Amino acid sequence: MSVRFGGIQALSEAGLTVRRGEIVSVIGPNGAGKTTLLGVVSGAVRAMGGTVFVDGRDLTGRPVHERAVAGVLRTFQNLEIFSNMTVLENVLTGAHLTAGYSLLDSLLRTRRFRREERRLRGACLAHLDFIGLADRAGDMASELPYGEQRLLELARALAAAPRLLLLDEPAAGMNNAETSGLGSIIRRVRDELDVSVVLVEHDMDLVMEVSDRVTVLNFGHVLAEGSPSAIQENPEVVAAYLGED
Amino acid sequence: MAATPRHAGLLALGVLAALLGLAPLALPNDYYLNVLILCCLNALAVMGLNLLMGYAGQVSLGHAAFFGLGAYVTAVVTATFGLPVAVGILAGVSASALVAWFLAQPTLKLRGHYLAMATLGFGIIVSIVFNEAVGITGGPSGFVGIPRLSLPGCAPTSDRSFYFLAAGVLWLGALMAGLIMDSRTGRALRAIHASEHAAQAMGIDIARHKRFVFVLSAVYAGLAGTLYAHHLTFVAPSSFGFNFSVQLLTMVVLGGMASTWGALAGAFFLTSLPEFLRVFEEMDILIYGGLLVMCMMFMPGGLAGLARKLACGLLGARRV
Repeated sequence: MSVRFGGIQALSEAGLTVRRGEIVSVIGPNGAGKTTLLGVVSGAVRAMGGTVFVDGRDLTGRPVHERAVAGVLRTFQNLEIFSNMTVLENVLTGAHLTAGYSLLDSLLRTRRFRREERRLRGACLAHLDFIGLADRAGDMASELPYGEQRLLELARALAAAPRLLLLDEPAAGMNNAETSGLGSIIRRVRDELDVSVVLVEHDMDLVMEVSDRVTVLNFGHVLAEGSPSAIQENPEVVAAYLGED
Repeated sequence: MAATPRHAGLLALGVLAALLGLAPLALPNDYYLNVLILCCLNALAVMGLNLLMGYAGQVSLGHAAFFGLGAYVTAVVTATFGLPVAVGILAGVSASALVAWFLAQPTLKLRGHYLAMATLGFGIIVSIVFNEAVGITGGPSGFVGIPRLSLPGCAPTSDRSFYFLAAGVLWLGALMAGLIMDSRTGRALRAIHASEHAAQAMGIDIARHKRFVFVLSAVYAGLAGTLYAHHLTFVAPSSFGFNFSVQLLTMVVLGGMASTWGALAGAFFLTSLPEFLRVFEEMDILIYGGLLVMCMMFMPGGLAGLARKLACGLLGARRV
């Protein structure tokens, strides 16, 4: 896929394949095109060329909300929680697509409405429990500390029943303990919920710990691709990126 | 835990019914009944605008136009064509909704100030039509001879019975707003307010939800307009101009965004305030403006925010 912003080529011929049940990390220096790549997959950024397939379905050119229907969910590098809602309501909003009732059901408060709302609340509380925030369910989302807001975004995306989860720097602003907790959560997302994960991350320890494969982007090109250990030993990658640290 | 907010909502609706039912008893004479009716009708429109602005975060500076459309369409249908009032009301509300639906196509792609500008322009255009289409609307001098409200099985003969009808409609409006907001649709609308990016990424069809709430708010305003026309039996374009749009918006903000109670409080407070200020004679408009400024400075959360703060303070004090 290729993306151009004005005169700047953000991505050129950058490809990414994620197999089912795989955690693939995308790393690279600032401005390498990592977030743009996620944007193309989630539909927020329009690619000039290339295609996006999920579960054999062509999503190229489809709007963002339709990709969510197809199971492509994301979290945001710059937090985008719903600050006007409680923690639980945030997750319930994530479950928007899985709510099996219509507007008429909500107006008439039918049995289906009540049954579905009860089910959603249970499921969403379970998602909060999954990330360890169940005891904050009734608090306003804006009152959570930064790291927990990131986890909340994750729970919100999980509530939408993802097939492919795109995490954009989920560890940014987290301390070491929070980051290692995040690592085990990401692995459990894959193992217990059968979700494939694309992780864009600067924290190399986290990337090396959880990834099955790593793709290195540099100036919009794929520089290298392989297992975490192979990437760490790749001289080109070390020169372009790891050596900078 | 999950049931508490729902019970609170039921309790609030009960309190609202009691307040609306008892309000006429507090009036010294029947002149004030008309003020109260106007309060109810404005509150209905404000409640709709609050769904659009307070919950979904979309600003409209042209809502008076939907109010006016409802009023003029039912006036023409009932007075000019002599059809029953029920048909007129249905036509007025439908016209308002239909115009909103068409307006939503291009304008809801706009955001923030641009949406405000577009609705402002729309309001002005509609106002010009009311003034210039003299053959249909009667022009600047107004439309006279609109029949009083009479529905099958319900023909309010006095202002008092009309008040109870308006209050009943308002109560139903509050009920409906509450039911919609406490559902996936309501959550989606509030999500759009907070972050369109995230809402979209969760699979919420933003365009469809914005259109829905825009049309819904126009239905509230249009319904209020039709009742207004059949209550006064006379409408003039000056009542539905830019000033009225701003007034509705001020009621939403002063009452407190994203709160049905706030919308009600804002509408009742600002509609009745001029009556209380009448004793100051020429100074009334000055005091009116001054009060507004003070409210905005010292109560950023509006009347609803103030009430919440007071309630928290009381509960907090009791806990200590």
